[in-house]
Amino acid sequence: MNIHEYQAKELLRSYQVPVPAGNVAFSDGQAYSIAEQIGGERWVVKAQIHAGGRGKAGGVKVADSLEEVRRIADEMIGMTLVTHQTGPKGRVVKRVLVEEASRIVDEFYLGFVIDRATQRITIVASSEGGVEIEEVAKRSPDKIIRETIDPAIGLADFQCRKVAAAMGLRDRERMTQLVRIMKRIYRCFRDKDALQAEINPLAQVEGGKLICLDAKFNFDANALYRHPDINELRDLDEEDPKEVEASGHGLNYIALDGNIGCIVNGAGLAMATMDAITLHGGRPANFLDVGGGASPEKVTNACRIVMEDPNVRALLVNIFAGINRCDWIATGLIQAYRTLNIELPMVVRLAGTNVEQGRKILQDSGLPFVQAANLDDAAAKAVATIKGESA
Amino acid sequence: MSIFVNQDSKVIFQGFTGQHATFHAEEAIKTGTNVVGGVTPGKGGTTHLGLPVFDTVAEAVEATGADVSAIFVPPAFAADAIMEAIDAGIKVAVVIADGIPVQDMVRVQRYRAGRDTLVIGPNTPGIITPGQCKVGIMPAHIYQPGRIGVVSRSGTLNYEAVEQMTALGLGQSTSVGIGGDPVNGTDFVTVLKAFEADPETDAVVMIGEIGGPQEVAAARWAKENMRKPIVGFVAGLSAPPGRRMGHAGAIIAGEADTAKAKMDLMEQLGLYVARNPAHIGETVMRALREHGLA
Repeated sequence: MNIHEYQAKELLRSYQVPVPAGNVAFSDGQAYSIAEQIGGERWVVKAQIHAGGRGKAGGVKVADSLEEVRRIADEMIGMTLVTHQTGPKGRVVKRVLVEEASRIVDEFYLGFVIDRATQRITIVASSEGGVEIEEVAKRSPDKIIRETIDPAIGLADFQCRKVAAAMGLRDRERMTQLVRIMKRIYRCFRDKDALQAEINPLAQVEGGKLICLDAKFNFDANALYRHPDINELRDLDEEDPKEVEASGHGLNYIALDGNIGCIVNGAGLAMATMDAITLHGGRPANFLDVGGGASPEKVTNACRIVMEDPNVRALLVNIFAGINRCDWIATGLIQAYRTLNIELPMVVRLAGTNVEQGRKILQDSGLPFVQAANLDDAAAKAVATIKGESA
Repeated sequence: MSIFVNQDSKVIFQGFTGQHATFHAEEAIKTGTNVVGGVTPGKGGTTHLGLPVFDTVAEAVEATGADVSAIFVPPAFAADAIMEAIDAGIKVAVVIADGIPVQDMVRVQRYRAGRDTLVIGPNTPGIITPGQCKVGIMPAHIYQPGRIGVVSRSGTLNYEAVEQMTALGLGQSTSVGIGGDPVNGTDFVTVLKAFEADPETDAVVMIGEIGGPQEVAAARWAKENMRKPIVGFVAGLSAPPGRRMGHAGAIIAGEADTAKAKMDLMEQLGLYVARNPAHIGETVMRALREHGLA
């Protein structure tokens, strides 16, 4: 689960990690009074959306007067921001972060991730901050610093000093600051079950102080049950409403741009089903994993969500039941057919637990299900229904 | 022979008296698995399915000589249950739970270091040696005893591959689901190594997914260390690029993460690659023929 920059900074502040003075505003008037409260002569107004690349898209602006803060906030709130991470539709800005402007002397990159290879929390850092770390990795891989953390020990001071030295922060004052910042972010990362944290840039400002100018956090959705404070930060406006609805029904749904709606159990088989459709010359409309223990209600919800996509011209149901039961799936499909008045062709491939009962239930229903013998057959039949229609 | 579990395995269930564990313990017993008891804290001393229930894994191991545990404990409590199994000296712990916090698994893997428990999963259908031992939630009837080893990240895609093989008369020595989570107990290499050493396995099917370096690392290892043919497939050819917030994860993975990139590399490293998920069975057949095994 992602959170906004201002939320990430509040979290860091609660761990005594230095961040600029600032606050979130939902209106231009609010932005004005926050800037007034912060004081000083320069402020930064930053659009709060869950995507990077805001600066280039006009979502980060500097103001030299309180009136300018008000004007920028007024322009920004309600605007649609399109960045390389939002997709072409962009995101509507609903809140802005108003901060004191910092005089930057140098910029660094500091990230924490869970590395699959070492299976541990790992620091990724670089002396090159303020640019995309992917570019740094491509251009000068020697400038990427990695440090793996032993979960039984935690992040040790010497590890932070190694990172500081590799970043070029060799004087005692800045080294001490960096050690403190890294250890506090690590503690936050560990306490709150984060999966990724990215400080880019970690800036050195005039006077020598190190401060987090931007902050992104991603949290483990499976651990939110033990972090109600983090769970509260979820902003549903930043998520696809259909994906949110699907997850409320225990379904994992991702919209794609094809016309064959897919209902599958298991992420791997769901992807393989999409692959099989593609290899037969068709285009999947979505990824959908109904998960284990799919009840008839869950199957009905899955059909409804998939069919809400107006591009969908045919449905392909591919269930290989292990913990699921084909008879339940079949009952669910019949229920869906009747309650949703499905008129689209529906190709069904059932396999695994109680497959014979499932197939019989579909057959006896008298409804026009197209049954498929296996994955290949199912993909071929689904693609054929679309082709027959367009021919 | 087989790998990790066989007819001599003595299996306990953790979370034994729960609904899912009960159902799958009964299924395991029906298929000939030697289930010797189970653990449910607070219910020690009672019996369930005619088998003894213990309060702790240590007591269960002491009383029954169990060496395999099927962990049917909800995600929030699963890490603790795995560590309890490791502590009790269980040789193979199979973790079915889907949704264990990633940092819990980071700690479990640290706890496991230096001990010889094999942790299979989490988020796996489990492991089965057809006709001998089933530890998990897979539908037993699709498997048949044979000489092909199967290892996969995805559960249902494992079933898919097995059904294709069984339809061609190709049975399985052992099928292992290593699970779909970012941090899991057993990697592909560990399983490949065991299959290479198993005299009753002729060839191996390895099924991966987009994301993570495991498949390519395994293919690299196999090129240097395996003589038996491997058939590879990676799901997600048509998957859209992941919506990541940061970039550090992509960097640390180092290598190209897409299905096509992984399959290209697998092919370069000498694997038989099924480019179509519906052709896994046929590709196994081709590999066997070219190696004079079928």
